[in-house]
Amino acid sequence: MLEIRNLHACVDGREILKGIDLTIPAGEVHAVMGPNGSGKSTLSYVLAGRDGYKVTEGSVLYRGQDLLAMKTEERACLGLFLAFQNPVEIPGVTGVNFLKTAVNAVRRSRGQSELDAMQFLKLARRKAKELGVGEEMLRRAVNTGFSGGEKKRYEALQMALLEPKFMILDETDSGLDIDALRVVAEAVDSFRSPERAMLVITHYQRILDYIVPDKVHVLAGGRIVQTGGKELAVELESTGYAQFTEQAA
Amino acid sequence: MIDTTPWLDALHQAARVRSDAAGLPTRRDEAWKYTDIGALGVASFPLAGRPQGSLPTVAPLTTDALQLLLVNGSLQVLPGAELPAGVVIGRLDGKASAELVEAHLGKVIPAEAKSLAALNSGLFDDGVLVRVGAGVTLERPIEIVSVGQAGGDPLAFHPRCLLVIEDGGAATLVERHQGSGRYFSNSVLEIALGAGASLRHYTLQDESPEAVHVATTGIELAAGSRYAGMLVQTGSRLSRHETHAALAGDGASFELDGAYVGAGKQHLDNTTFVTHTAPGGKSRQLFKGVLDDQSHGVFQGTVRVERAAQKTDAHQLSKTLLLSEQAEMDGKPELEIYADDVKCGHGCTVGDIDETALFYLRARGIDAETARQLLIEAFLGDVLEKIAAEPVRTAFAAVVGECLKGAHATRRTNDHHQG
Repeated sequence: MLEIRNLHACVDGREILKGIDLTIPAGEVHAVMGPNGSGKSTLSYVLAGRDGYKVTEGSVLYRGQDLLAMKTEERACLGLFLAFQNPVEIPGVTGVNFLKTAVNAVRRSRGQSELDAMQFLKLARRKAKELGVGEEMLRRAVNTGFSGGEKKRYEALQMALLEPKFMILDETDSGLDIDALRVVAEAVDSFRSPERAMLVITHYQRILDYIVPDKVHVLAGGRIVQTGGKELAVELESTGYAQFTEQAA
Repeated sequence: MIDTTPWLDALHQAARVRSDAAGLPTRRDEAWKYTDIGALGVASFPLAGRPQGSLPTVAPLTTDALQLLLVNGSLQVLPGAELPAGVVIGRLDGKASAELVEAHLGKVIPAEAKSLAALNSGLFDDGVLVRVGAGVTLERPIEIVSVGQAGGDPLAFHPRCLLVIEDGGAATLVERHQGSGRYFSNSVLEIALGAGASLRHYTLQDESPEAVHVATTGIELAAGSRYAGMLVQTGSRLSRHETHAALAGDGASFELDGAYVGAGKQHLDNTTFVTHTAPGGKSRQLFKGVLDDQSHGVFQGTVRVERAAQKTDAHQLSKTLLLSEQAEMDGKPELEIYADDVKCGHGCTVGDIDETALFYLRARGIDAETARQLLIEAFLGDVLEKIAAEPVRTAFAAVVGECLKGAHATRRTNDHHQG
């Protein structure tokens, strides 16, 4: 599904990613854990194609295609979905308008017919109900005035509507209390399937209790410094990241 | 054409003397620092005569509107419907409701020598009078449409309107400016609100792309009266919309929102003077503009709180989105406060599209152009949403939407991505 080879990337002229190698096959969930400042969010933004994140070396193949040559929206239309650490508030754009525009953009790119207003509302209401997202959130402006938990559930709703193939969860657990975390993580876990893959970026192990990973990678100093099974996450919880930060420095 | 009366002659005469002597304001005049009204040669545009040929028809924005049509400043069509008792809609000729006209005409807007309002007072040839009597709520909106029709040669006209709502009365006014060809429209609208009266006022300036548009609106607010205005500017080559509000009675409330879209070489000026002279008044202004290409926007807002106007709550905010590097915005919010127990605030922001929001939308599969469009519409939608009358809101939003699309088409895609 995703093959990252020797990926180097700069932000504001400073190298943050210093040669990442990572392969995630379809059907698997990989976790990337690491201390603050290790490059976790940079990795997610580079994969999603954010302006200002410059790839200086390496390659990324996504479903057999050169991911880095694609625009942000083309990546999304090909099924790449980044769940934001801090979902952006967009006053003035209603949820229905935003979600319908996005769903139809993705449907067009897949050669499917666009949904009209009624068809879309029906679909959105059903998915919202499944995820425990209140219907009034569809009418409100995107993320505007939402609580931390509401924002993350809204990300899960977008995931459910856009039906991506590859999901990147960028510190989805941040800003959530235990109950909200469980609701969101269980929703995300329900998207697991043999045709999909997931990259869970996190500082803490707790989200991995709900989304159990096939592999865990430790990112420190812009490189993957260790790879293991799900038990590695538990181990890190007790040992911390100090050993890796010293190693990277 | 209006039959003259001695006092009206005197008003004309006095104004003519004032504006002849003073001439048009120039950029050396502080209030006109950012807008060069003479730049497009309007001083030499001849006065429009009576409109010739067939009259234009303009579909009213709301089906129940009481429509008045002015062509080149001359009142051509009055509503035929029977009006409720206490309501007068007619020609401003100094004969009907003479006392009322004499009491208010030329009094709501301060008579300053070098003002375009004075020029209008000297030259207006026809006009509209609306009176809503004490305690009367006029349910049907009044719609005043000013159409400019210039053929091969440029022309100038000076529409004049007076709206008086007496104590406890209420009305809705829709004001539209549109046309074709090269003309100079210099309109004046005076509004006098009696105690407890209220007015909703929706203005759409969608003049011909070659037009020079100046409008001066004066609003006098007696105790407990309420004014809620929406001013949308999309048209003209050069425009200046000046609003003078005087909160003269206790606890009056003045709200004015503005939205404008500039493209090409358009120059759009919003200037407001809000004066609180009585205690407990509330004024709020929010202007939002989108400027593309080489367009130029101006917001000048002066809020003056006089010593007697304690417990005043005044706020003004101007926000502009610049879509091109050549677009320009001049903002000058000013507070002059002479009372000590007041709550006042003002602000002015000029910015670019929020890149984080743009990335978020694109990361959901929405292409850069559509995402940008959504964000720009949302920026202005926030203001337009405040129009309470649904058909007016839809119509104004449609005009703004078209302008944004037009502005959009002229711009090259500026789409960066990693490669």
